[in-house]
Amino acid sequence: MALTGIFLILFLIVHVGLNACIWAMDDGEMFNKGAHFMGSNIVPRILEIGLFAGILLHIIQGLMLEFQNRSKRKQGYAVAMGNKGSKWYSRSMGILGTLVLLFLVVHISDFWLPNRSSQGFLLGEEINLYEKMKVVFRQEWVVGLYLLGCISLAWHLLHGFQSAFRTLGVSNSKYLVLLNGIGVCFSIIVPLAFALMPLSFYFGWV
Amino acid sequence: MEQYTMNLTLKVWRQKNGNEPGRFDTYPVKNISSEMSFLEMIDVLNEEIIREGKDPIAFDHDCREGICGMCSMYIDGRPHGPWEKNTVCQLHMRAYKDGDTIVIEPWRANAFPVIKDLMVDRSSFDRIIQAGGYISVNTGSPVDANAIPVQKDMADAAFAAAACIGCGACVAACKNSSAMLFLSAKVTHLGLLPQGHPERRSRALNMVAQMDKEGFGACTNTGACEAVCPKGISIENIARLNREYIMAGLVTE
Repeated sequence: MALTGIFLILFLIVHVGLNACIWAMDDGEMFNKGAHFMGSNIVPRILEIGLFAGILLHIIQGLMLEFQNRSKRKQGYAVAMGNKGSKWYSRSMGILGTLVLLFLVVHISDFWLPNRSSQGFLLGEEINLYEKMKVVFRQEWVVGLYLLGCISLAWHLLHGFQSAFRTLGVSNSKYLVLLNGIGVCFSIIVPLAFALMPLSFYFGWV
Repeated sequence: MEQYTMNLTLKVWRQKNGNEPGRFDTYPVKNISSEMSFLEMIDVLNEEIIREGKDPIAFDHDCREGICGMCSMYIDGRPHGPWEKNTVCQLHMRAYKDGDTIVIEPWRANAFPVIKDLMVDRSSFDRIIQAGGYISVNTGSPVDANAIPVQKDMADAAFAAAACIGCGACVAACKNSSAMLFLSAKVTHLGLLPQGHPERRSRALNMVAQMDKEGFGACTNTGACEAVCPKGISIENIARLNREYIMAGLVTE
Protein backbone atom coordinates (compact mmCIF):
# COMPACT_ATOMS: atom_id res chain seq x y z
CA MET A 1 0.00 0.00 0.00
CA ALA A 2 2.70 2.45 1.05
CA LEU A 3 5.17 1.51 -1.70
CA THR A 4 2.60 1.67 -4.51
CA GLY A 5 1.25 4.89 -2.96
CA ILE A 6 4.66 6.58 -3.05
CA PHE A 7 5.16 5.33 -6.61
CA LEU A 8 1.86 6.92 -7.64
CA ILE A 9 2.81 10.14 -5.81
CA LEU A 10 5.98 10.26 -7.93
CA PHE A 11 3.87 9.79 -11.05
CA LEU A 12 1.68 12.73 -10.03
CA ILE A 13 4.77 14.99 -10.00
CA VAL A 14 5.63 14.00 -13.59
CA HIS A 15 2.03 14.34 -14.71
CA VAL A 16 1.42 17.74 -13.13
CA GLY A 17 4.76 19.05 -14.39
CA LEU A 18 4.11 18.06 -17.98
CA ASN A 19 0.54 19.34 -17.93
CA ALA A 20 1.67 22.68 -16.54
CA CYS A 21 3.10 23.30 -20.03
CA ILE A 22 -0.41 24.37 -21.06
CA TRP A 23 0.32 27.63 -19.23
CA ALA A 24 3.31 28.38 -21.47
CA MET A 25 0.92 30.65 -23.43
CA ASP A 26 2.18 29.36 -26.78
CA ASP A 27 -1.14 27.88 -27.88
CA GLY A 28 -0.17 24.44 -26.72
CA GLU A 29 3.08 24.07 -28.64
CA MET A 30 5.23 23.15 -25.66
CA PHE A 31 2.52 20.93 -24.18
CA ASN A 32 2.01 19.02 -27.42
CA LYS A 33 5.78 18.53 -27.75
CA GLY A 34 5.87 17.04 -24.28
CA ALA A 35 2.85 14.86 -24.97
CA HIS A 36 4.45 13.68 -28.22
CA PHE A 37 7.65 12.75 -26.41
CA MET A 38 5.77 10.80 -23.74
CA GLY A 39 3.83 8.94 -26.43
CA SER A 40 6.65 8.23 -28.86
CA ASN A 41 9.67 7.53 -26.66
CA ILE A 42 10.13 3.94 -25.54
CA VAL A 43 11.11 4.78 -21.94
CA PRO A 44 7.85 6.47 -20.88
CA ARG A 45 5.94 3.73 -22.69
CA ILE A 46 7.66 1.07 -20.60
CA LEU A 47 7.17 3.12 -17.44
CA GLU A 48 3.50 3.39 -18.40
CA ILE A 49 3.11 -0.37 -18.06
CA GLY A 50 4.60 -0.08 -14.58
CA LEU A 51 2.18 2.73 -13.83
CA PHE A 52 -0.87 0.68 -14.73
CA ALA A 53 0.50 -2.24 -12.75
CA GLY A 54 1.10 0.12 -9.81
CA ILE A 55 -2.44 1.52 -9.90
CA LEU A 56 -3.94 -1.95 -10.20
CA LEU A 57 -1.84 -3.23 -7.30
CA HIS A 58 -2.77 -0.18 -5.19
CA ILE A 59 -6.46 -0.82 -5.87
CA ILE A 60 -6.26 -4.54 -5.10
CA GLN A 61 -4.27 -3.96 -1.91
CA GLY A 62 -6.65 -1.18 -0.87
CA LEU A 63 -9.76 -3.28 -1.38
CA MET A 64 -8.26 -6.25 0.46
CA LEU A 65 -7.18 -4.04 3.36
CA GLU A 66 -10.58 -2.37 3.57
CA PHE A 67 -12.59 -5.60 3.53
CA GLN A 68 -10.25 -7.48 5.85
CA ASN A 69 -10.21 -4.65 8.38
CA ARG A 70 -13.97 -4.29 8.27
CA SER A 71 -14.43 -7.98 9.00
CA LYS A 72 -12.51 -7.67 12.30
CA ARG A 73 -15.48 -6.23 14.21
CA LYS A 74 -18.57 -8.28 13.49
CA GLN A 75 -20.64 -6.61 16.23
CA GLY A 76 -20.34 -2.85 15.86
CA TYR A 77 -20.87 -0.05 18.38
CA ALA A 78 -24.24 1.58 19.01
CA VAL A 79 -22.56 4.95 19.50
CA ALA A 80 -19.92 5.61 16.84
CA MET A 81 -16.62 7.15 17.86
CA GLY A 82 -16.72 9.51 14.91
CA ASN A 83 -14.16 12.29 14.98
CA LYS A 84 -13.12 11.73 18.60
CA GLY A 85 -9.48 10.97 17.89
CA SER A 86 -9.18 10.59 14.14
CA LYS A 87 -9.82 12.71 11.07
CA TRP A 88 -12.73 11.77 8.79
CA TYR A 89 -10.51 11.54 5.73
CA SER A 90 -8.09 9.14 7.41
CA ARG A 91 -11.04 6.78 7.98
CA SER A 92 -12.43 7.29 4.46
CA MET A 93 -9.46 6.30 2.31
CA GLY A 94 -11.47 3.54 0.62
CA ILE A 95 -14.28 5.86 -0.42
CA LEU A 96 -11.91 8.67 -1.45
CA GLY A 97 -9.87 6.18 -3.46
CA THR A 98 -13.02 4.90 -5.17
CA LEU A 99 -13.98 8.47 -6.14
CA VAL A 100 -10.49 8.99 -7.58
CA LEU A 101 -10.86 5.71 -9.50
CA LEU A 102 -14.23 6.74 -10.96
CA PHE A 103 -12.66 9.99 -12.07
CA LEU A 104 -9.74 8.07 -13.58
CA VAL A 105 -12.07 5.94 -15.71
CA VAL A 106 -13.56 9.08 -17.29
CA HIS A 107 -10.15 10.75 -17.51
CA ILE A 108 -8.48 7.83 -19.28
CA SER A 109 -11.32 7.42 -21.75
CA ASP A 110 -11.24 11.19 -22.39
CA PHE A 111 -7.55 11.48 -23.24
CA TRP A 112 -5.34 8.46 -22.87
CA LEU A 113 -7.41 6.01 -24.95
CA PRO A 114 -8.05 8.22 -28.02
CA ASN A 115 -4.48 9.55 -27.89
CA ARG A 116 -2.73 6.21 -27.64
CA SER A 117 -4.93 4.54 -30.23
CA SER A 118 -4.39 7.30 -32.76
CA GLN A 119 -0.67 7.57 -32.03
CA GLY A 120 0.07 3.97 -32.52
CA PHE A 121 -2.03 1.14 -33.64
CA LEU A 122 -5.26 2.53 -35.09
CA LEU A 123 -5.41 5.72 -37.07
CA GLY A 124 -1.77 6.56 -37.51
CA GLU A 125 -2.32 10.29 -37.17
CA GLU A 126 -1.50 11.96 -33.88
CA ILE A 127 -4.27 14.07 -32.37
CA ASN A 128 -3.63 17.57 -31.08
CA LEU A 129 -4.11 16.96 -27.35
CA TYR A 130 -4.19 20.65 -26.56
CA GLU A 131 -7.08 21.19 -28.97
CA LYS A 132 -8.79 18.10 -27.52
CA MET A 133 -8.55 19.55 -24.02
CA LYS A 134 -10.20 22.72 -25.32
CA VAL A 135 -13.13 20.69 -26.63
CA VAL A 136 -13.51 18.35 -23.64
CA PHE A 137 -13.33 21.09 -21.02
CA ARG A 138 -16.11 23.10 -22.67
CA GLN A 139 -18.66 20.80 -20.98
CA GLU A 140 -19.73 21.82 -17.46
CA TRP A 141 -20.31 18.31 -16.17
CA VAL A 142 -16.82 17.22 -17.22
CA VAL A 143 -15.23 20.20 -15.45
CA GLY A 144 -17.35 19.44 -12.37
CA LEU A 145 -16.29 15.80 -12.41
CA TYR A 146 -12.63 16.74 -12.75
CA LEU A 147 -12.94 19.11 -9.79
CA LEU A 148 -14.55 16.32 -7.72
CA GLY A 149 -11.67 14.03 -8.71
CA CYS A 150 -9.10 16.62 -7.65
CA ILE A 151 -10.79 17.28 -4.30
CA SER A 152 -10.97 13.53 -3.57
CA LEU A 153 -7.30 13.23 -4.52
CA ALA A 154 -6.39 16.08 -2.16
CA TRP A 155 -8.04 14.44 0.87
CA HIS A 156 -6.68 11.04 -0.16
CA LEU A 157 -3.14 12.47 -0.29
CA LEU A 158 -3.52 14.43 2.92
CA HIS A 159 -3.70 11.16 4.84
CA GLY A 160 -1.91 8.89 2.39
CA PHE A 161 1.32 10.88 2.00
CA GLN A 162 2.38 10.82 5.64
CA SER A 163 0.76 7.46 6.36
CA ALA A 164 2.91 5.83 3.65
CA PHE A 165 6.09 6.95 5.36
CA ARG A 166 4.85 5.80 8.78
CA THR A 167 4.09 2.38 7.31
CA LEU A 168 7.61 2.24 5.90
CA GLY A 169 8.96 2.85 9.39
CA VAL A 170 9.85 6.55 9.58
CA SER A 171 9.50 7.08 13.32
CA ASN A 172 12.01 9.87 13.96
CA SER A 173 9.95 12.85 15.01
CA LYS A 174 12.11 15.35 13.13
CA TYR A 175 11.53 13.55 9.83
CA LEU A 176 7.85 12.98 10.59
CA VAL A 177 7.34 16.71 11.16
CA LEU A 178 9.14 17.44 7.88
CA LEU A 179 7.20 14.79 5.95
CA ASN A 180 3.91 16.02 7.44
CA GLY A 181 4.70 19.52 6.19
CA ILE A 182 5.69 18.32 2.73
CA GLY A 183 2.61 16.07 2.64
CA VAL A 184 0.21 18.93 3.43
CA CYS A 185 1.84 21.19 0.82
CA PHE A 186 1.84 18.41 -1.77
CA SER A 187 -1.83 17.53 -1.11
CA ILE A 188 -2.85 21.15 -1.65
CA ILE A 189 -0.54 22.26 -4.48
CA VAL A 190 -0.71 19.24 -6.81
CA PRO A 191 -4.51 18.73 -6.84
CA LEU A 192 -4.96 22.51 -7.07
CA ALA A 193 -2.71 22.64 -10.14
CA PHE A 194 -4.66 19.74 -11.68
CA ALA A 195 -7.98 21.46 -10.89
CA LEU A 196 -6.80 24.70 -12.51
CA MET A 197 -6.28 22.93 -15.86
CA PRO A 198 -9.93 22.26 -16.79
CA LEU A 199 -10.83 25.62 -15.22
CA SER A 200 -8.24 27.39 -17.37
CA PHE A 201 -9.77 25.95 -20.52
CA TYR A 202 -13.36 26.47 -19.39
CA PHE A 203 -12.86 30.13 -18.53
CA GLY A 204 -10.54 30.74 -21.46
CA TRP A 205 -7.47 31.65 -19.38
CA VAL A 206 -5.22 29.88 -21.89
CA MET B 1 -15.64 22.36 42.80
CA GLU B 2 -18.82 22.00 44.84
CA GLN B 3 -20.07 18.50 45.45
CA TYR B 4 -23.49 17.84 43.90
CA THR B 5 -25.84 14.93 43.31
CA MET B 6 -27.46 13.87 40.07
CA ASN B 7 -30.01 11.52 38.56
CA LEU B 8 -28.92 9.72 35.43
CA THR B 9 -30.21 7.27 32.83
CA LEU B 10 -27.84 4.44 31.92
CA LYS B 11 -28.14 2.33 28.79
CA VAL B 12 -26.02 -0.71 29.48
CA TRP B 13 -25.13 -3.61 27.17
CA ARG B 14 -26.40 -6.85 28.71
CA GLN B 15 -25.33 -10.20 27.31
CA LYS B 16 -25.58 -13.52 29.16
CA ASN B 17 -22.58 -15.06 27.43
CA GLY B 18 -20.67 -15.12 24.18
CA ASN B 19 -23.16 -17.38 22.45
CA GLU B 20 -26.34 -15.43 23.10
CA PRO B 21 -27.23 -12.14 21.48
CA GLY B 22 -27.07 -9.09 23.73
CA ARG B 23 -29.27 -6.01 24.09
CA PHE B 24 -29.31 -2.62 25.79
CA ASP B 25 -31.15 -2.31 29.11
CA THR B 26 -32.08 1.08 30.53
CA TYR B 27 -31.50 1.82 34.22
CA PRO B 28 -32.36 5.02 36.05
CA VAL B 29 -29.85 5.81 38.84
CA LYS B 30 -30.64 8.36 41.55
CA ASN B 31 -28.67 10.51 43.99
CA ILE B 32 -25.28 9.91 42.46
CA SER B 33 -22.58 12.04 44.07
CA SER B 34 -20.21 14.00 41.87
CA GLU B 35 -17.41 12.67 44.12
CA MET B 36 -18.04 9.07 43.10
CA SER B 37 -15.96 7.29 40.51
CA PHE B 38 -17.75 5.87 37.48
CA LEU B 39 -17.26 2.31 38.74
CA GLU B 40 -18.63 3.23 42.17
CA MET B 41 -21.72 4.51 40.40
CA ILE B 42 -22.04 1.09 38.69
CA ASP B 43 -21.51 -0.55 42.12
CA VAL B 44 -24.43 1.46 43.51
CA LEU B 45 -26.59 0.40 40.58
CA ASN B 46 -25.54 -3.25 41.00
CA GLU B 47 -26.48 -3.24 44.70
CA GLU B 48 -29.92 -2.10 43.70
CA ILE B 49 -30.17 -4.76 40.98
CA ILE B 50 -29.11 -7.44 43.49
CA ARG B 51 -31.70 -6.17 45.99
CA GLU B 52 -34.33 -6.67 43.30
CA GLY B 53 -33.10 -10.27 42.95
CA LYS B 54 -31.78 -9.78 39.42
CA ASP B 55 -28.45 -10.45 37.77
CA PRO B 56 -25.93 -7.62 38.40
CA ILE B 57 -23.97 -6.04 35.55
CA ALA B 58 -20.67 -7.86 35.03
CA PHE B 59 -17.67 -5.62 34.38
CA ASP B 60 -13.89 -5.89 34.66
CA HIS B 61 -12.02 -3.95 37.34
CA ASP B 62 -9.14 -4.53 39.68
CA CYS B 63 -6.85 -1.83 41.08
CA ARG B 64 -9.23 1.10 40.58
CA GLU B 65 -6.28 3.46 40.53
CA GLY B 66 -5.61 3.53 36.80
CA ILE B 67 -2.61 1.21 36.60
CA CYS B 68 -3.81 -2.37 36.12
CA GLY B 69 -5.57 -2.11 32.76
CA MET B 70 -8.59 -4.22 33.71
CA CYS B 71 -11.43 -1.72 33.45
CA SER B 72 -12.78 -1.54 29.94
CA MET B 73 -15.95 0.32 29.08
CA TYR B 74 -16.83 2.10 25.89
CA ILE B 75 -18.78 5.08 27.17
CA ASP B 76 -20.79 7.35 24.84
CA GLY B 77 -18.67 6.47 21.82
CA ARG B 78 -15.24 6.62 23.46
CA PRO B 79 -13.16 3.94 25.23
CA HIS B 80 -12.64 4.87 28.91
CA GLY B 81 -15.15 7.71 28.66
CA PRO B 82 -14.85 11.42 27.95
CA TRP B 83 -11.64 12.34 29.78
CA GLU B 84 -8.28 12.21 28.03
CA LYS B 85 -5.43 9.96 29.22
CA ASN B 86 -7.77 8.33 31.68
CA THR B 87 -9.12 4.91 32.63
CA VAL B 88 -12.78 4.26 33.49
CA CYS B 89 -11.93 3.72 37.15
CA GLN B 90 -10.37 7.18 37.29
CA LEU B 91 -13.33 8.77 35.53
CA HIS B 92 -15.37 10.65 38.13
CA MET B 93 -19.01 11.54 38.10
CA ARG B 94 -18.22 15.25 38.10
CA ALA B 95 -17.79 14.66 34.36
CA TYR B 96 -21.60 14.45 34.19
CA LYS B 97 -24.55 16.62 35.12
CA ASP B 98 -28.06 15.93 36.33
CA GLY B 99 -30.31 14.33 33.70
CA ASP B 100 -27.55 12.96 31.47
CA THR B 101 -28.01 9.71 29.56
CA ILE B 102 -24.91 7.50 29.36
CA VAL B 103 -24.52 4.61 26.91
CA ILE B 104 -22.10 1.90 28.06
CA GLU B 105 -20.81 -0.82 25.70
CA PRO B 106 -18.07 -3.43 25.97
CA TRP B 107 -14.90 -3.30 23.82
CA ARG B 108 -15.95 -4.48 20.37
CA ALA B 109 -13.55 -6.63 18.35
CA ASN B 110 -13.61 -10.21 17.12
CA ALA B 111 -10.35 -10.76 19.01
CA PHE B 112 -12.06 -9.58 22.25
CA PRO B 113 -15.15 -11.82 22.51
CA VAL B 114 -17.71 -10.83 25.13
CA ILE B 115 -17.68 -13.10 28.20
CA LYS B 116 -20.63 -11.43 29.87
CA ASP B 117 -22.22 -7.95 29.75
CA LEU B 118 -19.29 -5.51 29.73
CA MET B 119 -16.57 -8.11 30.28
CA VAL B 120 -14.48 -9.18 27.30
CA ASP B 121 -11.84 -11.88 26.94
CA ARG B 122 -8.51 -10.15 26.34
CA SER B 123 -6.35 -13.29 26.54
CA SER B 124 -5.39 -12.65 22.91
CA PHE B 125 -3.12 -9.93 24.34
CA ASP B 126 -1.52 -12.51 26.64
CA ARG B 127 -0.81 -14.79 23.70
CA ILE B 128 0.79 -11.92 21.77
CA ILE B 129 3.08 -11.29 24.75
CA GLN B 130 3.87 -15.00 24.94
CA ALA B 131 4.91 -14.89 21.28
CA GLY B 132 7.80 -12.52 21.98
CA GLY B 133 7.01 -9.80 24.49
CA TYR B 134 9.78 -10.78 26.89
CA ILE B 135 13.55 -10.96 27.18
CA SER B 136 15.37 -14.24 27.75
CA VAL B 137 17.88 -14.04 30.56
CA ASN B 138 20.10 -16.64 32.09
CA THR B 139 19.45 -16.79 35.78
CA GLY B 140 22.46 -16.45 38.02
CA SER B 141 23.92 -13.92 40.36
CA PRO B 142 22.50 -10.41 39.84
CA VAL B 143 24.40 -8.08 37.57
CA ASP B 144 25.84 -4.92 39.09
CA ALA B 145 23.69 -1.85 38.74
CA ASN B 146 24.82 0.33 35.82
CA ALA B 147 26.98 -2.50 34.45
CA ILE B 148 25.19 -2.11 31.10
CA PRO B 149 25.26 1.48 29.85
CA VAL B 150 21.90 2.73 28.49
CA GLN B 151 21.55 5.86 26.42
CA LYS B 152 19.34 8.30 28.33
CA ASP B 153 16.94 9.22 25.51
CA MET B 154 16.52 5.54 24.59
CA ALA B 155 15.80 4.70 28.22
CA ASP B 156 13.21 7.49 28.32
CA ALA B 157 11.50 6.29 25.14
CA ALA B 158 11.50 2.70 26.42
CA PHE B 159 10.05 3.90 29.72
CA ALA B 160 7.31 5.90 28.01
CA ALA B 161 6.32 2.81 26.01
CA ALA B 162 6.49 0.62 29.12
CA ALA B 163 3.66 2.69 30.58
CA CYS B 164 1.24 0.62 28.44
CA ILE B 165 -1.14 -1.23 30.78
CA GLY B 166 -2.55 -3.49 28.06
CA CYS B 167 -6.16 -2.41 28.59
CA GLY B 168 -7.09 -2.74 24.90
CA ALA B 169 -8.59 0.74 24.46
CA CYS B 170 -6.46 1.12 21.30
CA VAL B 171 -8.19 -1.89 19.77
CA ALA B 172 -11.60 -0.70 20.92
CA ALA B 173 -11.06 2.72 19.35
CA CYS B 174 -9.49 1.55 16.09
CA LYS B 175 -11.85 1.32 13.12
CA ASN B 176 -9.77 -1.69 12.01
CA SER B 177 -9.67 -3.32 15.48
CA SER B 178 -5.89 -3.26 15.18
CA ALA B 179 -3.64 -3.99 18.15
CA MET B 180 -0.66 -2.18 16.65
CA LEU B 181 -0.36 0.47 19.38
CA PHE B 182 -0.24 -2.22 22.06
CA LEU B 183 2.27 -4.27 20.07
CA SER B 184 4.42 -1.27 19.23
CA ALA B 185 4.56 -0.24 22.89
CA LYS B 186 5.91 -3.68 23.83
CA VAL B 187 8.37 -3.85 20.93
CA THR B 188 9.64 -0.34 21.70
CA HIS B 189 9.85 -0.91 25.43
CA LEU B 190 11.95 -4.07 25.02
CA GLY B 191 13.77 -3.35 21.77
CA LEU B 192 15.27 -0.01 22.75
CA LEU B 193 17.00 -1.42 25.81
CA PRO B 194 20.27 -3.37 25.47
CA GLN B 195 18.80 -6.36 27.32
CA GLY B 196 16.05 -6.71 24.71
CA HIS B 197 18.24 -5.97 21.72
CA PRO B 198 19.40 -9.51 20.81
CA GLU B 199 15.83 -10.79 20.31
CA ARG B 200 14.38 -7.72 18.61
CA ARG B 201 14.04 -9.30 15.15
CA SER B 202 12.30 -12.52 16.18
CA ARG B 203 10.22 -10.52 18.65
CA ALA B 204 8.79 -8.21 15.97
CA LEU B 205 8.09 -11.05 13.53
CA ASN B 206 6.56 -13.44 16.06
CA MET B 207 4.39 -10.89 17.84
CA VAL B 208 2.96 -9.53 14.57
CA ALA B 209 2.30 -13.08 13.34
CA GLN B 210 0.44 -13.83 16.57
CA MET B 211 -1.55 -10.58 16.30
CA ASP B 212 -2.72 -11.57 12.82
CA LYS B 213 -3.59 -15.05 14.05
CA GLU B 214 -5.74 -13.62 16.85
CA GLY B 215 -7.89 -11.76 14.32
CA PHE B 216 -6.83 -8.14 14.89
CA GLY B 217 -6.93 -5.78 11.89
CA ALA B 218 -4.14 -3.90 10.14
CA CYS B 219 -3.04 -0.36 10.99
CA THR B 220 -4.00 2.52 8.68
CA ASN B 221 -2.50 5.28 10.85
CA THR B 222 -5.77 7.04 11.70
CA GLY B 223 -4.53 7.95 15.18
CA ALA B 224 -7.68 7.01 17.13
CA CYS B 225 -5.63 4.66 19.35
CA GLU B 226 -3.24 7.38 20.48
CA ALA B 227 -6.16 9.71 21.25
CA VAL B 228 -7.82 7.28 23.68
CA CYS B 229 -4.75 5.64 25.23
CA PRO B 230 -4.96 6.20 29.01
CA LYS B 231 -1.17 6.19 29.20
CA GLY B 232 -0.54 8.47 26.21
CA ILE B 233 1.44 5.91 24.20
CA SER B 234 2.61 7.70 21.05
CA ILE B 235 1.65 6.52 17.57
CA GLU B 236 5.31 7.06 16.61
CA ASN B 237 5.88 3.69 18.24
CA ILE B 238 3.82 2.08 15.47
CA ALA B 239 6.20 3.51 12.86
CA ARG B 240 9.09 2.12 14.91
CA LEU B 241 7.41 -1.30 14.99
CA ASN B 242 6.95 -1.09 11.20
CA ARG B 243 10.66 -0.39 10.81
CA GLU B 244 11.62 -3.24 13.14
CA TYR B 245 9.28 -5.57 11.26
CA ILE B 246 10.54 -4.59 7.80
CA MET B 247 14.19 -4.85 8.86
CA ALA B 248 13.56 -8.20 10.51
CA GLY B 249 11.73 -9.46 7.43
CA LEU B 250 14.59 -8.39 5.15
CA VAL B 251 17.42 -10.00 7.08
CA THR B 252 15.72 -13.08 8.47
CA GLU B 253 17.08 -16.45 7.30
